[in-house]
Amino acid sequence: MNQNLYHYILTIADTNLILGQRLGELCGHGPSLETDIALTNISLDLIGQTRSYFQYAASLFDEEKTEDDIAFLRKEREYRNVLLVEQPNTHFGYVMARQFLFDVFHLMFLRELENSKDETLAAIAKKGIKEASYHRRFSSDWIKRLGDGTEESHTKIQEAVNNLWRYTNELFQMTEADVAMVKEGVGVNLEALKEPYYETVSEVLKEATLEVPERKYFQKGGKEGIHTEHMGYLLSDLQYMQRAFPDMKW
Amino acid sequence: MSDKKKNWPLWEVFVRSKNGLEHRHFGSLHAADAEMALENARDVYTRRNEGVSIWVVESKHITASNPSDNGELFEPAQDKVYRHPTFYDLPDEVKHM
Amino acid sequence: MSDKEVKNLEEMFEACIARDEKIEPKDWMPEKYRQTHIRQISQHAHSEIVGMLPEGNWITRAPSLRRKAALLAKVQDEAGHGLYLYSACETLGISREELYEQLHSGKAKYSSIFNYPTITWADIGAIGWLVDGAAIINQVPLCNTSFGPYARAMVRVCKEESFHQRQGYEIMLTLCNGTEEQKAMAQDALNRWWWPSLMMFGPTDAESTHTEQSMKWKLKRKTNDELRQQFIDQTVPQADILGITVPDPDLKWNDERGHYDFGEIDWDEFWQVVKGHGPCNKERLNARVSAWEEGEWVRDAAMAYAEKQEERKATTKKAS
Repeated sequence: MNQNLYHYILTIADTNLILGQRLGELCGHGPSLETDIALTNISLDLIGQTRSYFQYAASLFDEEKTEDDIAFLRKEREYRNVLLVEQPNTHFGYVMARQFLFDVFHLMFLRELENSKDETLAAIAKKGIKEASYHRRFSSDWIKRLGDGTEESHTKIQEAVNNLWRYTNELFQMTEADVAMVKEGVGVNLEALKEPYYETVSEVLKEATLEVPERKYFQKGGKEGIHTEHMGYLLSDLQYMQRAFPDMKW
Repeated sequence: MSDKKKNWPLWEVFVRSKNGLEHRHFGSLHAADAEMALENARDVYTRRNEGVSIWVVESKHITASNPSDNGELFEPAQDKVYRHPTFYDLPDEVKHM
Repeated sequence: MSDKEVKNLEEMFEACIARDEKIEPKDWMPEKYRQTHIRQISQHAHSEIVGMLPEGNWITRAPSLRRKAALLAKVQDEAGHGLYLYSACETLGISREELYEQLHSGKAKYSSIFNYPTITWADIGAIGWLVDGAAIINQVPLCNTSFGPYARAMVRVCKEESFHQRQGYEIMLTLCNGTEEQKAMAQDALNRWWWPSLMMFGPTDAESTHTEQSMKWKLKRKTNDELRQQFIDQTVPQADILGITVPDPDLKWNDERGHYDFGEIDWDEFWQVVKGHGPCNKERLNARVSAWEEGEWVRDAAMAYAEKQEERKATTKKAS
């Protein structure tokens, strides 16, 4: 099996999965029915993309494996999602800041992945671009509403941006798998996305009358499976059924 | 809170199901601004691929006729039968008219 | 308006409904018609959004990605249905905020079924199969109800609802075809959800207060007992296909009646839950209230932003 390709897919897919899972927690608890429906749509898009990636990853194995084996049956240290997406739904400001900081990256990333030499990945990316464009539009609009809304909302969203900012740099960290995949024309050169990313993010934040945090003191580790303390609890929920009732069909 | 609270206003949603058809009233929803109304309408009323174009308009901007005026507004049209093609007798030999 | 004029209008109004014509929001309607509709439609809307909670419980723990996506889509539909129904209710001259206020203060009711806990994955199957099945039986006749906005909302709801019951039954079927443990899980869920599902059709006809008026206004086409019987007759064979047992020792096919006979429903339990003392009444209401209260700053921010944008537009216009 092409280990680099497998790990490459995992990093992308896990990030989608974990963010989809986080958004799934909110269903029924949002500030309005309309926002509930919108956030669920985003979650559904992400879970849908996750399934495509995992189905592809499962096909790389010689033995029989399913998308669910990969999604549910790994240990915490084997999940490769970035730390940003596992951060909790502290309040709606965190939900939107997390979404926005991810969406800007996600769209840029998929636009590059669409040109991958790997046809499956290129096809998944192509479909995902449309979804991610909408997500970015949705979350950017909300950043502006919260930033330029009331004093309270301004404070809250600024706090969320400040606290999540340290996880943004990890989006561009090149792992061994990344380097190998770029060499083969399959992967995306993340480093090249970095400047445009911070430029776009800064633009929106400024328009939202928010301060752009300084670019230092970043956190990383997710891509090597070293997660924040939140991850274990998230996985306990995610894996509960598969762990409590192993080897069954659902 | 002492001052009166402003809630998200109501919007009416019109959706064109496919090109060639007119926009049809689909329902309503609440949103703070037009952009949000459009996004919400997309998420609420086109989840199952029901549309290709959406209009939203804040409900307060719609002027509606009053049902108590229905007599004067609509009944005078009832006896204008000459506006309908079946009013005119033509011989059967004339086809396609 | 004199009493005589009102009486005249009322006669015309009732005749209109009897002719199967629809009543639209701006049409004249008796105050009682308006109030009854506000009560029923809002109760229905509240049931949809409170109903999101017991199922939403399992989104993060769904056992496969396929199930997770289906459940997310289903719970989202319920939000959509709540929204359609609140909108229909609002055409009667009451705001969504007022309706929420009635829910949050405990003045308005919602379907009692959602005051029962979802404690295993099989409960998600049982809810789809039984609760949505019962809901469909209640709702299909409402597609022809007399109040136009309600009827139109129900057409949309019923169209979307059919996938819900199927996904629930499919979950049950998978469990029943699975291991012993899974089958036991399915049986346990049926045991817990069967009786509350029967209660969804409301008190017996003898006890039901609104039936006659509701029939006239086409808020109801059949009585509670008739609908309950229909549900039992259609559901028992489905349980047989699953190979699990309906928890009612008195359940028996009656050839003469052409229906199943069934045992006595525990009406004390029914009234206890209706009055707010079911297993999860407090949790459900608290969840709704905190979502609303914790969301206040978000809703306010969006309004404030919209107003600023309007002002900005106005000043640029003036300047140019």
